[in-house]
Amino acid sequence: MGRAMAEAIKLRDAVAFSGSFPLLSGVNLTVGVGEIVLLNGANGAGKTSLLRALAGLVSITQGSISVLGYDLRQERRSVRREVSLLGHQSFLYEDLDATENLAFWLKAEDTRDDRIAEAFSRVGLTDRLLVTPVSKLSTGQRRRVTLALLYARNQRLWLLDEPHAGLDASGRETVDSLILDASHSGTTVVFASHELDHARTVATRSVLMSGGAIAADVKDQTEGGAANGS
Amino acid sequence: MHRFGQAHSRADQIQRSLGLLALVGMIATIWLGLFITPPDQFMGDLVRLIYIHPPLAWVAFIAYGMNFLASLAYLWPRTRDLRWDQLAGASAEVGVLFTGLTLVTGSIWGRPAWGTWWTWDPLLTTTALLFVLYLGYLALRRVPDDHELRARRSAIAALIAFIDVPIVYFAVLWWKSLHQAPTVLNPTTHKTYIHGSMAWTLLLGFIAFTLTYAWMVMIRYRLGAIETRALESQVSSALRDRQLEGSHE
Amino acid sequence: MVRDALRIARKDLRIEWRTRVTAYQVIPFAVVVIVLFGFALGPDPQRLEPAAPGVFWLAVLLASVLGVQRSVAIELREGAIDGLRLAGFDPAGIFLGKLCALSGQLVILEVLLGVITAIVFQVSLASFWLLIVATLVATLGIVAVGLLYGVLLASSRVRETLLPLLFFPVVAPVLIAGTKTWQAAIAKHASTGLGWLELLVVFGVVYCCIGIVSFGPLMEDA
Repeated sequence: MGRAMAEAIKLRDAVAFSGSFPLLSGVNLTVGVGEIVLLNGANGAGKTSLLRALAGLVSITQGSISVLGYDLRQERRSVRREVSLLGHQSFLYEDLDATENLAFWLKAEDTRDDRIAEAFSRVGLTDRLLVTPVSKLSTGQRRRVTLALLYARNQRLWLLDEPHAGLDASGRETVDSLILDASHSGTTVVFASHELDHARTVATRSVLMSGGAIAADVKDQTEGGAANGS
Repeated sequence: MHRFGQAHSRADQIQRSLGLLALVGMIATIWLGLFITPPDQFMGDLVRLIYIHPPLAWVAFIAYGMNFLASLAYLWPRTRDLRWDQLAGASAEVGVLFTGLTLVTGSIWGRPAWGTWWTWDPLLTTTALLFVLYLGYLALRRVPDDHELRARRSAIAALIAFIDVPIVYFAVLWWKSLHQAPTVLNPTTHKTYIHGSMAWTLLLGFIAFTLTYAWMVMIRYRLGAIETRALESQVSSALRDRQLEGSHE
Repeated sequence: MVRDALRIARKDLRIEWRTRVTAYQVIPFAVVVIVLFGFALGPDPQRLEPAAPGVFWLAVLLASVLGVQRSVAIELREGAIDGLRLAGFDPAGIFLGKLCALSGQLVILEVLLGVITAIVFQVSLASFWLLIVATLVATLGIVAVGLLYGVLLASSRVRETLLPLLFFPVVAPVLIAGTKTWQAAIAKHASTGLGWLELLVVFGVVYCCIGIVSFGPLMEDA
C-alpha cells in the first residue's frame, strides 16, 4: 500500500530547528527508488538529523520535503509506517529478550510467528541469545537484533545511522548483504557512516554533509546496487 | 533592535494610562476604605480588609481563567501564536502573586476573627491549592527549552491544572461542610452586611485591582515579547552561521 | 486503538514480571511509609484509627509517583518512545495500555496496603464493594494524571523533581474523596460515600479523556 512516485526522497532547501539551533540549514537532495546512498560528513554535520527528518521525527519548518510520496510538512506521521530507522539507540526493551522484542515491534500475535525465526536466522542470532534479556547482550548482538527487526519489517525506505558501528567483520558483512538484498527488491537505503572505504563498496552514491546541508554529491561508477538514474 | 519605550508608542500609551488609572483607583480605594467607610458592628475596623481580600481573590481567579483561555488559544491550530503563550505565562505569574496575597490577607483576617492563622475554609483552601498548582506551572515554564516546545508543554499543563480547579473546589467544600462550620461571621458570606458607601468602595476595589492586574500583565507580556524578538533574530543569525559553516569545508 | 493498548499493557506487565520492580521496591516503600506514619502519629489507637484512611491514600499517592516514573522511564531507555512513534502505535492506545498496566499493579499494592493499614492502625473494614469500586476508580484517575505529566516531562531533564510538584496538587481531590469513602466504609455509612464516589468518577473520566486526546501531541515532543 504505497504511493506511486518517481523519487523516493526529494528535499528542497529544507530547514529544521531544535530550539534556536539549526539542525538542517537548507538541504537539497533527491534520491531515486532503489538507490543506496552513503551519507558522509564530520560529527555535527547533520547526518543524524537528516535521517530523523526523513523518518518524520523532526519537523521541517522551511523548504519542502517529500518522502515516499508523502509531503512531510503536511503529514509527518503517515510516512513512519513505511520507513525503518536504525538509530544510535536500539529502541529495544532491555528487560525483554530478543524474541519478545521482535514479537512486540512487529505487532505479531505471539512469539512463534514465522517472520521472527526467519529474521533471526538471517542475521545469524542463535537460540541461546534469543531468550536472554537484551540488557545482557553485547553491543554487536543488540545490533543484530535491531537488524533482524529491520529485515522482518521489510519497509520501502531504510534509514540507517552508522549501521556498521560496533560490529565485527561478520556483522558488517551481514549488514552489507542485507542492504544489497533490500536494494535489489526495491528498497531505498540511506545510511550514514564514517567508514568510507568499506561503505563505498556498497553504496551507489555518496553524499557529503556539512553545516546542516549537502556539500557534495558523488555518484559512484562502481556497481553497488539496483539504482535508477536520477 | 527596538529601544524600550521608543517605537511602539501606542502600546506605551495604553500601558501608561492603565497604570495611572490603576494607581488612582488604588489610592481612592485605600482612602475610602481606611477613612470614609464605617467600621463594622461586630468586626470593627477589621472589616476594612473586605476591600482588599475579595478583590485579590477575584483577580487571582481572572488571572487563571485568562491563563486557561490563552493556553487554549495557543493549542488551537488556527490561532496558534507564541503571543498567546506569552499572555498565558504573564497572567499566571501575576495570578500567583495575587493568590499569595489573597492567602496572606485571608490569614490576617482570620486571626482576630477566629483566633487562628488558618482555617480550612473552602474558598481559602482551594486558593491555597491553586497557589501550589500554579507554582508548579511556573516551575515548568522555567525549564530551559525550545520556545515552541515549552509553550506546548505549558499549555497542556495549564489545561490539566485548570480543569482540576472546580473539582478541587467541590471536594474541599463537601469535605469542610461535613464539619458543621462555625456560625461565627465568615468573611466570604459577609455580603449581607454590605450597603451604602461600603458597596461602592468594594466595587471600586474590584475595579482598581483588576486594572492593576491588567497593567502588570501588560508589562510582563511586553517583556516576554522582547525576549521572543531577540530569540528570532538569534535564530536567523544561527541559520546563517550554520550555512557558512557548510560552505567553508 | 484497543489492540495497541492490549499490546502495550501486555508488554508493560511482562517487563514488570521480569524485573519485579513494583513488587520488590514500590510495595515495600509504601509499607515503610505506612509504618512511618504510624510512628509519626503515635501509638495511641485513638489517634491512629481515624488517620488510617488518609495515611493509606497518602502512601498510595507516593507509590504512584514511583510507578509513573518507572513506567515512563521504560520508554525513554534506548529511545523506545521514538520506536513507538515510528512503528505507528496509536498514542491513545499507548496511554490506555500503560494506564491499565500501571493501575493493575497499583491495585495489587492497594490490596496489600489496605490489609496492612487495617492491622497497623487497628481499624475494621466493611462495605467492601464501596471500598473496591472507589479505590479502583481513584487509581485510574491518579494514574491518568501521572502518565499525562510523565509524558509531558519526558524530554525534560528535571522530570524527577518536577513530576511530584505538578502531580500532587492536581490529585488532592482524590486524596480527599478517597479518604472520605474509606471513612464512610469503615463507619458502615455507605450512602455518605456515594457522593464522594461520584467525584472520583468525574475525576477519573475527565483525566482519562484528556489523556486519550493529548497523549499523541505530547509524545511528539518527548
